[in-house]
Amino acid sequence: MVSLKKDKFIIAGRNFKSRLIIGTGKYKSMSQCAKAVKLSGASIVTVAVRRVNITDKKKALLMDYIDPKKITYLPNTAGCFNSKDALRTLRLAREIGGWKLVKLEVLGDKKNLFPEMIETLKSTEVLSREGFKVMVYCNDDPLMAKRLENAGACAIMPLAAPIGSGLGIQNHTNIKIIRRQTKLPLIIDAGLGQASDATIAMELGCDGILVNTAIAKAKKPFDMALAFRNAVIAGRQSYLSGRIQKNLMGSASSPLKGII
Amino acid sequence: MKKIKKIKIKINGGFKFIKDNTNLSDLIKTLKIPLKKVAIELNEEILDKKKLNKKILRKNDKIEIVHFIGGG
Repeated sequence: MVSLKKDKFIIAGRNFKSRLIIGTGKYKSMSQCAKAVKLSGASIVTVAVRRVNITDKKKALLMDYIDPKKITYLPNTAGCFNSKDALRTLRLAREIGGWKLVKLEVLGDKKNLFPEMIETLKSTEVLSREGFKVMVYCNDDPLMAKRLENAGACAIMPLAAPIGSGLGIQNHTNIKIIRRQTKLPLIIDAGLGQASDATIAMELGCDGILVNTAIAKAKKPFDMALAFRNAVIAGRQSYLSGRIQKNLMGSASSPLKGII
Repeated sequence: MKKIKKIKIKINGGFKFIKDNTNLSDLIKTLKIPLKKVAIELNEEILDKKKLNKKILRKNDKIEIVHFIGGG
């Protein structure tokens, strides 16, 4: 029997219980976000680095709702459109509390939010040299994924589709090729729309998925968080179980012998 | 009565007048910012939070104080 207990999800030498990573943006409130994270079973959440509101000191902080001692914070450079801003953001993130495991995301276009891969590659090299463990959001290009790996990335995070689009995995073939060529954790990041998209990602051999909008903007975010939790587990178990070969013709399930 | 000299600084994009010779540690305390949950930049240089009392603020200094918020 396929045991998921022995199936480790290791990123940069750390073992994480859940293969589902949750983005903490777009929720109606921090308490809604915290409850969705809890229901999802996620061990890692992505967070953004932004200015403190110095005029409203009573405003709640994310850390008041999601304890970074219990859930790993993964600082993200969402909103950065060049290497300089991304590096600045992650260096600040490290200063907040020693975070070295980070998610690099350098965007290239405000409409489709595709990654700017030249800036992403440059940033990966610099951050790796500075001792960061860099999980890298990238396009689904196997050649670029290889270059990121050579530049020191600790996880490859190709998009399924544009961020927040909910379109699901658009290029199964490229994801499979990236899976075959790398031993690094492969995590689908961005563009998932429903739980079955997560299952498909896991069945393609991905090590994990990152989802935000599909849960935060679902009609029932808590139910969707649970659905994604189950979908990731189902997909992983299905992948490890070894699917049957696809056949063009039918193959009866009941024995032919003894037909009346 | 001696008038207290004030200087103008920029903090998180907005202007603020503070007493001359204020150190950054005192400013953070005045603003009631939880130091453990933020990072601080002075004129685009990231500061060691343990040494803020050694940073005396000067006219036109630019301070950025950031923290984690929800994000994808």
